[in-house]
Amino acid sequence: MTIPAIVGAGLVVIGVGIGIGQIGGKAMEAIARQPESYGKIQTAMLIAAALIEGIGFAALFAVQ
Amino acid sequence: MQRKILVRLLLIFIFIAPLSVSAKDDTGNKDKKTEIKEYIDHHLKDSHDFSLYSYTGDDGQHHYVGFSLPVILWSDGLHVFASGKFHHGEEVVESNGKYFKLYHSKIYETDASGTINYDEEHHATNAKPLDLSITKSVFMIIITGLLMFFLFRGLARTYGKNNGIPSGIGRFFEPIVLYIRDDIARPNIGEKKYRKYMPFLLTVFFFIWFLNIFGLTPLGVNVTGNIAITTALALLTFFITNFTGTKDYWKHIFDPLGDSMPWIAKIPLYIILIPIEVLGIFIKPFSLLIRLYANMQAGHIVLMSLIGLMFIFKNWIGSPLSFGLAFAISLIEILVALLQAYIFTMLSALYFGFAAEDHDHAEAHEGEIQHL
Repeated sequence: MTIPAIVGAGLVVIGVGIGIGQIGGKAMEAIARQPESYGKIQTAMLIAAALIEGIGFAALFAVQ
Repeated sequence: MQRKILVRLLLIFIFIAPLSVSAKDDTGNKDKKTEIKEYIDHHLKDSHDFSLYSYTGDDGQHHYVGFSLPVILWSDGLHVFASGKFHHGEEVVESNGKYFKLYHSKIYETDASGTINYDEEHHATNAKPLDLSITKSVFMIIITGLLMFFLFRGLARTYGKNNGIPSGIGRFFEPIVLYIRDDIARPNIGEKKYRKYMPFLLTVFFFIWFLNIFGLTPLGVNVTGNIAITTALALLTFFITNFTGTKDYWKHIFDPLGDSMPWIAKIPLYIILIPIEVLGIFIKPFSLLIRLYANMQAGHIVLMSLIGLMFIFKNWIGSPLSFGLAFAISLIEILVALLQAYIFTMLSALYFGFAAEDHDHAEAHEGEIQHL
C-alpha cells in the first residue's frame, strides 16, 4: 500500500462525503418546501446516496 | 401456529448442532493488535466449522466451542468427512488415500505429514481440491431459506383461516410485502408487467434482509459480506433483466436514436454510444454486487474494530468507550441492514423496468408530459 493510493482514496471519500451531504441537505430543503411529497423525495435521496456511496467503497477496496 | 414453527426450527437447530469443545495449544504470546487484526480477518472469511466462541483455559490451551460442518471435496473421487477432524488446522485428515490440511480457511492436498509448500510471497502452492463443503455461509443460507419457507408458508396459510386478514407475525410482514409491491414494483416496472417480477423481488429483499440481520447477531456469520454471494444475487438480476428484455429494451441499447436522424449521421455517434450502452448492461449488476458486499463488509470491520478497542486500552475508559461506540454503530447497522436490502430490491426493480419497457408505455409517458 503506497501513500499516494491512500491519499487518493481519502480524496475520493471527501468527495463522497460532500456529495452525500449535498443530497441529504437538498432533500431536507425539498421536504421543508413540500412536506406532502416526503416519501418520494426520501426514495430518490436514498437511491442517489447509494449510487455515490458505491464509488467511495470502490475506492476504499481498491486501496485495500 | 407460528410458535409451533419456531419451536420446530429451534429443535432442528439443536438436533443437528451437537456442540463440541476442541482444544488447541495457544500459539505463544502475539502482539494484541495483530491478534485482533487476525481475528477480524478470520471473522470476515467463510470457515469450515461453526465456532460460537473460543477461550483460553487455565491449562493454557485454546478451546473452541461450536460444531462441525460437513466437508465435501472432489479430488479424483468424493471425500466426505466432518470438519472437526481438522482440529482448526492442526491436523491432517486422511480420506480415501488422500491427505488434506486446512490452512488459512482453505483446504489443500498434502502428503501424510501435512507439508505445505510456499512460493516467494508465502502463498501455499499445494494443489487445491474442488471444495463443495457446507461451510458456515452455506449453512446460514440453508437456515435462512428454511426460515423464509416456513415463515411465509405459515403466513400465507393464515389468510385462508382468518377471512383474508393475517394474524400473528403476518401483521408485521404484510405491510412490508405491500410496500414492495406498491412502492417498489408498481412505479418502477409498470402496472402491466410487475406481477411477473414480484416473486424475485420479494425473495431477494427478505433473503438479504434476514442474512444482514443474522450478521449482526453473535452467531458471527458474514454471508452478505461475502463477494461470491452478492455476485450470485447480482447475476440473477442480470439474467432476469436480459432474458425478459423486450424488443424496445434491445433497441434502446443498439439503436438509441431511433428514427430521429438518417442512418449515415448515426454512424459516428454510435461508435461511442453503443459501447457505452453495452458496458452499462454489465456495470449495473456489478455496482449492485459491490455496493452490498462493501457495505456489509465495512459494517463488520467497523463493529469488530470498535469491540477490539476494549482489548487494546485495557483500562476503565476503554470498555465504556468501546461499548458506547459499538452500541451506536450496531443501531446504525440495523438500519443499514434494511436499507441495503431495500436498495438492492429497488435498483433491481428499476433495471427490470428498463427491460420491460415497451413502446406504448413510452408513448403514454409522453402523453402525460404533454397533458401536464
